[in-house]
Formats: sequence, structure tokens, C-alpha cells
Amino acid sequence: MSDSIITANDLGNGLVVFLTADGGWSQRLADARVVGPDALPEAVAYGKAQHDARIVVEPYDIEVTLENGVPVPVRLRERIRAAGPTVAYGEAEIAERAALSKAG
Amino acid sequence: MYRYDEFDQDFVTDRVAQFRDQVERRLSGELTEDQFKPLRLMNGVYLQLHAYMLRIAVPYGTLDSRQMRKLGDIARRYDRGYGHFTTRQNLQFNWPKLSDIPDILAELASVEMHAIQTSGNCIRNVTADHFAGAAADEVADPRPYAEILRQWSSLHPEFVFLPRKFKVAVTGAERDRAAIQVHDIGLHLKKDENGRLGFAVYIGGGQGRTPMIAKKIRDFLPEEDLLSYSEAILRVYNLNGRRDNKYKARIKILVHETGAGEIARQVEEEWERIRHGALKLPQGEVERIREYFAAPAGLAAKAPSASLASARQADPEFDAWVRQNTFPHRVAGHVSATISLKPIGGTPGDATADQMDVVADLAERFAFDEIRVSHEQNLILPHVAEDNLRAVYDGLVAAGLATANAGLVTDIIACPGLDYCALANARSIPVAQRISQRFGDIGRQREIGELKIKISGCINACGHHHVGHIGILGVEKKGEEFYQISLGGSGDENSAIGDIIGRGFSTDEIVDAVETIVDTYIARREAPEETFLAAYRRLGQGPFKEALYGTA
Ligand code: SF4
Repeated sequence: MSDSIITANDLGNGLVVFLTADGGWSQRLADARVVGPDALPEAVAYGKAQHDARIVVEPYDIEVTLENGVPVPVRLRERIRAAGPTVAYGEAEIAERAALSKAG
Repeated sequence: MYRYDEFDQDFVTDRVAQFRDQVERRLSGELTEDQFKPLRLMNGVYLQLHAYMLRIAVPYGTLDSRQMRKLGDIARRYDRGYGHFTTRQNLQFNWPKLSDIPDILAELASVEMHAIQTSGNCIRNVTADHFAGAAADEVADPRPYAEILRQWSSLHPEFVFLPRKFKVAVTGAERDRAAIQVHDIGLHLKKDENGRLGFAVYIGGGQGRTPMIAKKIRDFLPEEDLLSYSEAILRVYNLNGRRDNKYKARIKILVHETGAGEIARQVEEEWERIRHGALKLPQGEVERIREYFAAPAGLAAKAPSASLASARQADPEFDAWVRQNTFPHRVAGHVSATISLKPIGGTPGDATADQMDVVADLAERFAFDEIRVSHEQNLILPHVAEDNLRAVYDGLVAAGLATANAGLVTDIIACPGLDYCALANARSIPVAQRISQRFGDIGRQREIGELKIKISGCINACGHHHVGHIGILGVEKKGEEFYQISLGGSGDENSAIGDIIGRGFSTDEIVDAVETIVDTYIARREAPEETFLAAYRRLGQGPFKEALYGTA
């Protein structure tokens, strides 16, 4: 029924990562291994072991739906966490505002 | 300006070396996250929604150009080219690699900066009026006292593990620009009838889940008793503050549950025991610290600037900026200038590395090398000669930093919210951006006048929504973002917690709701001089409720 993926942060650079099918971690949501309810406990345990092995930080499972085969987190928080801030930042933000004021 | 003494420098350098070792052991797998977490927090390193976050202390918000340039340099080399100035007068970097952080801290130490006491249940970075040492209405500069408190609290073994974090703010003027009444301890520096310096002492203020306005427990505390009295307050709190429940552990709850009168009695009793001891401040010591904050050499009274007058006449936009973004200085012929970090549609409090460099250059060339961070998430050049204002303005315009909106409806405080913060329930920044765009027309902003909108992405209230004239709190309802509005809050000398006006608004509705409130104010104010806050206090919730929800 409901599908899940395992997420964590990379220990060294802190960036958001997802558990992949081969037991590694990827920054790409599309690479995430999607598990059903039956396989979830094993995947959570694997994530925890990776935390204990000092590979990732604070792993947890999130609920997803599949859209065109790609997992999409159900909660807004997890969608933002996976995709990055919804607002532009730094120089990109300045460029965006400049473009907007020209257009307007 | 305050310089580290040797002790501070050694301490910070040791701390960097120690943390470098800890990070290495963490990365090599020797330390677990459980072991490492308290260590990283002691050095200002959080794990946020997307990455690690480093929070850097800017004591009492004071910086020089060398330090600002260093922040820009770090943003460029170790982060994504920008930083975020917070309501705690700190700077946050959102994307540092853990493996780089020891190097970043070493860079900071080279300009006498650090990230100590920006986290954990200790006495945090002491904040002060951003116009300190410059404002015409100031009785005395509050920063020497903030520094004395910093030195006392930095390494105080008794207060490293308090029930909860502890925040102190100091103001040196009657008009409170440091929001002292929403701090654990708020100090109002003033003179008694004999001209002696001392403090009105407030305790138990705070925002968060249970907002409280502080209670005044002493009308006048002589200057020399600052540390013994603070120690007495901390002792009473440390002993009786609730450690059983995180949500009830702040001193505001203790003051509320015990009663301000009883707490004051306990503080005075403890103080009697220790007031004549080692904590009494020798006059020489206050003077010594005060010298670090002496006005810059060369800051001397000048005649009103003729060139400024003609420049203002020639350029209405410059004139508007001067009118809105400068503040009277105690030295004739000078002003303090607010550099708005609230461009229309921008992220409140963000500055790019290049912008930091520009501010540093302008400070160095035209403003006695001093910069401040305000709790309203703007930057300040505290000392600018009127003759130099045009040059400063031109430099700011070129860097996109000359928005003439200080104190107006688009000068919005917003916390990072769900775009960055792991604790958030809803986004703050996009709401701030959309409100800013809605009211972007500068003529309209001026017609509305002083209006402080403050937005938090969760009940922790880092965006100070409780004390916003219009406060907005993001909540999550059935998986959607919702925004609760409160009205009539204020963080000045007449502090008040805003009243929740009614049911919340969806993302689509929130900007219209704010506009409805503003329009209602405009329609109902007695005169353009009656500010939003004054009108709300006169009218109450009624007309605003009706405009928002109808009469039913
Ligand atoms: S108010 Fe909440 S969402 Fe905003 S920064 Fe603070 S903890 Fe994060």
C-alpha cells in the first residue's frame, strides 16, 4: 500500500541523501529505493546501521507516492527537504528580482 | 571598538584546535553522532533541513570592515555566496561542509570572531540597541555592559548547563530598540536623580510557545552591581527553573508560576549575600571596557551639510532614502544609516558575499569603519557624516542595498522557515516576499507609515511574530501550510504580545488578509500621523475582525 524511502544527511557535507537499491546513498531523489510496508523495517534497520557505522546522520523513513516511477514525498516538508529551498538565494535571487522588475 | 584581550584570543584559538580534532574524529568514525552533537552545538553547528548550518556570533551586533569582509570571504569560499543575518544579531551560513568548519572557525578567529555561545542551554550572545554609541536619544552606550556580561558569562562554570537557553539584551535609550522586554533579562541603562548610571532590570520575558512580557523587578540597580545582581538572578533560576519539561524550562515560566514579587524577593535575598563580594565592578574596570567602545577618533561635531541639502533637493529618491533610513546622531552633522536587507521581493536578512564587501568598503571609507547588525535583520552604518551620505547612498544603490523602507510595511522580519529550518511547520520567506511585492510601491508604503510585520515558521517565534504590529505564524493543518495572524504586538518600551485575530489563512489567502488589515487601518485612522499600532490600540480587534471575517 503505502510506499516509503529512507533519507538521511551525508556525514561529511551534510547534504540530504536517499538510500539506494544497492545499499548506497544518493543525493537524487529519483535514485531512492522505494520500499513497501513489508520491507520497511529492514530498510529502517539498515539506515540505522549506516548511522551507527558513521556513514550518514539521523536516517528516517518518509512516505512517498510514485509519479512516473519517481518517488514524491507526501509531506511538504519532505518535498522541500528533497528539492532544496523553494526560494532562490544568493546571486540567483538578485538575478531573479532583476529579471522580474524588467518584465514588470 | 572592543579588541580581544590575550585571554580571549588564546581561548578561541584553543577552541578551534579542539573542535578540529573532534571533527576529524567524527569524520573518521571514532565519534558517534550522539557523542558529537553536543560538541558541534557548542561551536554553533546545527544540522538543518538541507545541510549543516553554522551560526556565528556578532556580539552586540558590532562589526568592523575587516570582519565583514571575512564573512563575505567565507560565504564565497566555503558556502554558496551568501549569508543570513538573524533576529539575534547573528549571521548564519546555510551550506557549510562539516569538514570545512574547523577552517572556517580558524578564519573567524583571525578576525576575533567565533561561534561560541550561539547554541545550547547557556547564556547566549548578548544583544544591544543597534544604534548604541551613536543615537541622539541615548543616555550611555549599552555595549560596555553587554561586553562585561559576555566576559562574565562566557566561561562561567555554574551557568554552562542551565535549565534552558538564556538571553540578555541591553538598551541605553528610553526608546527601546533592543526589545529588552521579551528577553530573559532585559536591562535598561539610565541615570538616577543624582546622575549616576544604573539599570532598570526586567526578567522573565520571552517569545516562543508561551510569550511573556518581562516584569520589572528593580527600578534602579547601580552600575557596579550589574554582575552580582545578574548572578543572583541566574542562581535563583538555575536552582528553581524547571528541568523536567523543556517547554516550561525558561525563566519566564518560573517568574510566571512563582510570581514576580516572590522571584524579586529571592533575587534580592541572594544578592544581599553576594553583592559586596568579588563581583562588584570596580569603577576602573568599567572605564577600561568603555574605552574599547570610545567614539571613533575624528568623530567631531560639524555644521549642517549644505551639499546634503542640495543633493536631497535634486534627487527625490535620495531624499526619500535619507528621510526613511537615517537616524539622528548624538554628534551634530552626523547620522546613523540603515542599510535595508529587505529589497522588494527579496529574502529578509540575506546578503551576498559581494554585498558584504560593498558594506565593508563603504564603512571603511565613509563611516569610521563601524557596522552593526540590527535585530530587525538590517545592517547599520552607525556614524556617517552628512557630507558623506550621498557617496554612501550611491555605493548602496549600485549593490542593490538602497531600499528606502526602514520601519515601513516591507521592512519585514522573517525567520528561515520551512525553506531552511528543520523545526518549521510552514514557509516564512515566500510569504514575506509576496507581502513585500504587494506593497512594493514606495508611495503607498509611505502613506501607510510605520508598520512592523514579523513572520515565524513555527511556534519557536524566531521571527518575533508575537511582537509584530501584524504577526504571522505558520502552522501545519492537514498537511497544508496555514498562517495565523495576530495584531497589536510590539517589542519596544511599551511591549505587548499581539492578539490572535481569528482562524488562520491559507497560503493563497494570507497576502490578501494582510492587505485587508492595512486597508482597514487606513480607512479608520484618525489622521495619517496615527500609526497602525496606535489605531489598533484605540480601535481594538472589532473592525479588523469584521473586515477579515464578516459580521457573523
Ligand atoms: S521560528 Fe521555527 S521555523 Fe522559524 S527559524 Fe525558528 S525554529 Fe525555525
